[in-house]
Amino acid sequence: MSARESIVVDNVTKRFTIRYHRTIKQMSVAAVRREQLSDTFNALDSVSFRVEQGESIGIMGLNGSGKSTLLKLINGIMRPDEGRVLTRGRISGLIATGAGFHPQLTGRENIYLNAAVLGMTEAETRRKFDDIVAFADVGRHLDSPVGHYSSGMFARLGFAVAIHVDSDIFLADEVLAVGDKPFKKKCMERMQEIRNSGRTLFYVSHAPGSVKKMCDRVLVLEKGRLGYDGEVQAGIRYLKYDEPGGTEEEHADDELGADI
Amino acid sequence: MADTGTARGGRRRGRHVAGQRDGEAGPGLVAPSATSGLFEVFRRRYLLRLLVRREISARYQGSFLGLFWSYLQPAFRLAIYYFVIAEILDRGTENFAIHLFAGMVMVHFFTESFGAGTRSIVRNKSLVQKMAIPREMFPVASMLVSAYHVVPGMVMLGGFCVALGWRPDLIGLAAGLLAFALVAVLGTALALLFSAANVFFRDFSNVVQTLTQFTTFSVPMIYPYSLVEQRFGDFAQYYLLNPMAEAVLLFQRAFWTGTTDDPVATEAEHLPDHLFALGFAHLGVALVVLALGQLVFNRLENKIPERL
Repeated sequence: MSARESIVVDNVTKRFTIRYHRTIKQMSVAAVRREQLSDTFNALDSVSFRVEQGESIGIMGLNGSGKSTLLKLINGIMRPDEGRVLTRGRISGLIATGAGFHPQLTGRENIYLNAAVLGMTEAETRRKFDDIVAFADVGRHLDSPVGHYSSGMFARLGFAVAIHVDSDIFLADEVLAVGDKPFKKKCMERMQEIRNSGRTLFYVSHAPGSVKKMCDRVLVLEKGRLGYDGEVQAGIRYLKYDEPGGTEEEHADDELGADI
Repeated sequence: MADTGTARGGRRRGRHVAGQRDGEAGPGLVAPSATSGLFEVFRRRYLLRLLVRREISARYQGSFLGLFWSYLQPAFRLAIYYFVIAEILDRGTENFAIHLFAGMVMVHFFTESFGAGTRSIVRNKSLVQKMAIPREMFPVASMLVSAYHVVPGMVMLGGFCVALGWRPDLIGLAAGLLAFALVAVLGTALALLFSAANVFFRDFSNVVQTLTQFTTFSVPMIYPYSLVEQRFGDFAQYYLLNPMAEAVLLFQRAFWTGTTDDPVATEAEHLPDHLFALGFAHLGVALVVLALGQLVFNRLENKIPERL
């Protein structure tokens, strides 16, 4: 792959404000008692890294270490408070499954809507519609409201749309959390294809097995700071996620299952 | 921090066609969150259309009468007002039902745009938090949904007018369009301002509800403008500072005056002088408010996803 930068994260800090009190009554009581009204914390703290086009990056870290915030910054949902995030090309992917589905609309309508949100045109959606439906495999439920879907079907539909966008960067945030085994396998294959086609893959996961299979570089976040950036095996060791327990393959499946 | 803004207006990722990506002339590095506000909304018309359609079909989902409700509701509202003002209070003007209804169509368009627009971002939480779309999309979509619901009212209004021997005229048409544009711009501007504010304090949706209740009584709808002039004399010009009053008057010029026996006399008696000049002035102010709303929205937008 050409040595072109796909994602640049430069000294990025994202600050969240925690508000302890919301109503005027609570606020005045707290003020009288001289309690703190709000507090800030850094969800991301001076994080810097560069990703070349075609790299596949695994993001690991404990809950609350800033993985999803990082993804949201790269996706453009949020802007950094300090530093800058730059990306090249179209981005698609999933920040939690089934985002933006309207429970009252049918699967069919939601496919069109979600595809449009991800930047697809009407003609593009129509061309890929059959593929998306085949991949989601929701059968005759396609024309019933997605509010009635099972969580697995919901996730499948979301993933199916996201993966059919011709993007340069694909973001996947614990996408495999709710799918069943055949679907997970299908997803992994598709993500493998994405990886091989030279697109940049950004994969958040707690499963060392799938990260090992999918990624050629690992970033580990620790309380908003970039703790580790480099080779996969060492990254997993850094996180102490390689505790013994069964064979490699079993391990991977277990971890996928426990992804929820 | 300032750097996120410099890429603004640059090449957006939605525009480039896949396949271009391996070429040297591919898209450059840009801030993924870069938006150009309302312009971006109109560039992504297809998404806007889908959001509007979603809103409309979701509103009548599971309803037996469906879209028919948008005919029933204004008809009932008209009947109630007419009964109270014309029958109980024995007031009104010539063809008072038309006078009333022309006002109601505009007032309803405004209150719906403003009210639903204010709630739009909070209501679309799941999209706002998880998808990168220009957030101005939601207030604008609310305004368009409200505009769509003006159609049944217009059909009924047009029907009544024709039955009373009204013939459309060019000046009337211009007045109607001006009124419509004024309300659309003003509704969007206020919805933009308040939808962002509503994320931070939900009180704003209550504020808006209260404000919209005033609208009904602050426009010459259930009473003619001539009555205001008669009571307040020179101070009536301040009454005309209200853009909604102006919009209603323009709409009455479009429909109501033409149905009366002597339109010229009716206009002279019940409409203020310089109706169009005033209308354009208000439209200009509304556009300024819209630009202001966009500015405020940009400032607040950064904190929206985390405060939802």
